[in-house]
Amino acid sequence: MADDNLRILPAAHLQRLLDTLCVRGYRTVAPTARDGAVVWETIRSVADLPIGWRDRQEPGCYRLEQTGAQEIFGIVHGPQSLKPFVFAPREPLLQIERSKDGFTARSTVPPSEKVAVIGTRACDLAGLVIQDRIFLKETYQDSYYAARREGLFVVAVNCTRALATCFCSSMDTGPRAHNSFDLALTEVDDQLLVEAGSIAGQEVLSDLFLPPAPESLVAEAAKRIDACARSQVRRLERSRLPSALYDAHAHPRWDTVAGRCLACTNCTMVCPTCFCHAVEETPDLSQQQTTHVRLWDSCFTQEHGYIHGKNIRPTIKDRYRMWLTHKLASWIDQFGISGCVGCGRCITWCPVGIDLTEELPALLTPSEQQSVINRQQEASGG
Amino acid sequence: MAVFKFASCDGCQLSILNLEEDLLALGQALDIVYFPEASSAMRPGPYDIALVEGSITTAEDARRILTVRQQTKRLITIGACATAGGIQALRNWADVESFKQVVYPSPEFIQSLSTSTPISEHVHVDFELWGCPIDKTQLLRVLTDLVSGVQLRLPGDSVCLECKRRGNVCVLVAKGLPCLGPVTRTGCGAICPSMGRDCYGCFGPTEGGRKGPGFPPNTDSLAVRFHDDLQLIPIEVLRRFRGINGYADAFKQEGEKWERKK
Repeated sequence: MADDNLRILPAAHLQRLLDTLCVRGYRTVAPTARDGAVVWETIRSVADLPIGWRDRQEPGCYRLEQTGAQEIFGIVHGPQSLKPFVFAPREPLLQIERSKDGFTARSTVPPSEKVAVIGTRACDLAGLVIQDRIFLKETYQDSYYAARREGLFVVAVNCTRALATCFCSSMDTGPRAHNSFDLALTEVDDQLLVEAGSIAGQEVLSDLFLPPAPESLVAEAAKRIDACARSQVRRLERSRLPSALYDAHAHPRWDTVAGRCLACTNCTMVCPTCFCHAVEETPDLSQQQTTHVRLWDSCFTQEHGYIHGKNIRPTIKDRYRMWLTHKLASWIDQFGISGCVGCGRCITWCPVGIDLTEELPALLTPSEQQSVINRQQEASGG
Repeated sequence: MAVFKFASCDGCQLSILNLEEDLLALGQALDIVYFPEASSAMRPGPYDIALVEGSITTAEDARRILTVRQQTKRLITIGACATAGGIQALRNWADVESFKQVVYPSPEFIQSLSTSTPISEHVHVDFELWGCPIDKTQLLRVLTDLVSGVQLRLPGDSVCLECKRRGNVCVLVAKGLPCLGPVTRTGCGAICPSMGRDCYGCFGPTEGGRKGPGFPPNTDSLAVRFHDDLQLIPIEVLRRFRGINGYADAFKQEGEKWERKK
């Protein structure tokens, strides 16, 4: 018996999905080619999608290439994850005005907007789930994040092609979108397998009146997703985390990587899970009003490590070590899950191509110096 | 408040005039008593605030900046010239005498030092505004903080942070352009990368001229990337760093390293 949630849509009819989402009041957002990569833009027509293009990603390098094929979702991803939709890069938190007997503060929680993001990858969805844990925890729910999250409708695309920088398979986050999506598409030549993953998704699906997906399409889609997982050349060996990375605190490899790291913040900006932010006051010259603004910040800036009277992470080594240890190890202690989803963006968008899948194994291999100490201790029976 | 000019193009002073409607609020919050670029009514010091544009390139200016300092409570440099010597600091690696011979019909009338140096090499500077020209929003923020009596602060982070907040695609990674953004201080709003071109460092090194552990920025790693992967030859790497802020310590040292490799 065919799964009721699995339907078939000819790729040439994808516009119907966009139209249905529009009718349901969603602003439809999808990856569009701009400045040599893809970025999220509001689109109304399938023609705005980068059809026939693929991305090639390597450490520190991103290129778009035309394939001549009619592939709709040939590009895996650009620099942006889902993060900007829920955790805005810059947003006012409070509007404060001077009044006769003090001041008034007005909250600036944005109205919830219905946004459908088409082309979300499994890694980004995993990133969204992690950010949900951080921003929507019961006690400290972030109302700004919550308002944006409420209106989000996710149309995921299962990956059938892996980039050289992908390692979601080893992080158990992809290439298939598992949950938290509203609809998931798998592109198989000129057909799209459509799966509903939520009630909202089922509603959209029922509006489309699509025939059930034939078993052959379901099987072919699964085969291609599996092949994508197997084709990934990078992986992150997690079995000894978090403790092994804590033990590597004094490893000389931190010095080597710090020699390359620019502390430019790009890795944290493109990371789907990094949530650090700064708040700044922007008073006007007449001192009558000010806006309390939150903006993306990074643990790689000098300022971020500054506490009263002291910078606790002055050097680039301190900052890189803090970032990687948090992302891959202490995140697990803090949130019960790894902070890395294996999207590979930090590898691609690092201007000097630092690759965490290369750094981690190096850090977990005892250094020459440490091996000598260990041998000496063994020899002396201690 | 007073505004002084030394060796410069006046672009930073124009940034003050470009404040437009905010100028009215500025005029109410501060008494602008000396600003020859804007008004011929010039009142003598002492001054609470002096904004200083331009670098020191003549013996006379080297003396004049001392008198400005003596009359001023808070001296703030505005722009790359005043803060780091400016583009004219390229003379610091050249033979100024030969320039004079080539450019001027009567070079004997030119009274010029062989160097262009930032104001901070001559007198104590209370705060520095970087940029070529300065960003008017940053200027307004500093003046607002001065009026409010709070500590003056501007972000010292890289241009990359602002690029990513704006949703720009990285020109270095996606186009292979030798962008100085990763080691350049934010403040411009990432104008050049937003227009698809590479940053040329007009806001100087990240964190300005601060010294200590973690400073200056890792220009070495970026320069190696330009050379090894983006195929810049040493003189091209040198020219990336020896530009508008070429005399700022971090860029100066990186430039000199590549000069030796030429």
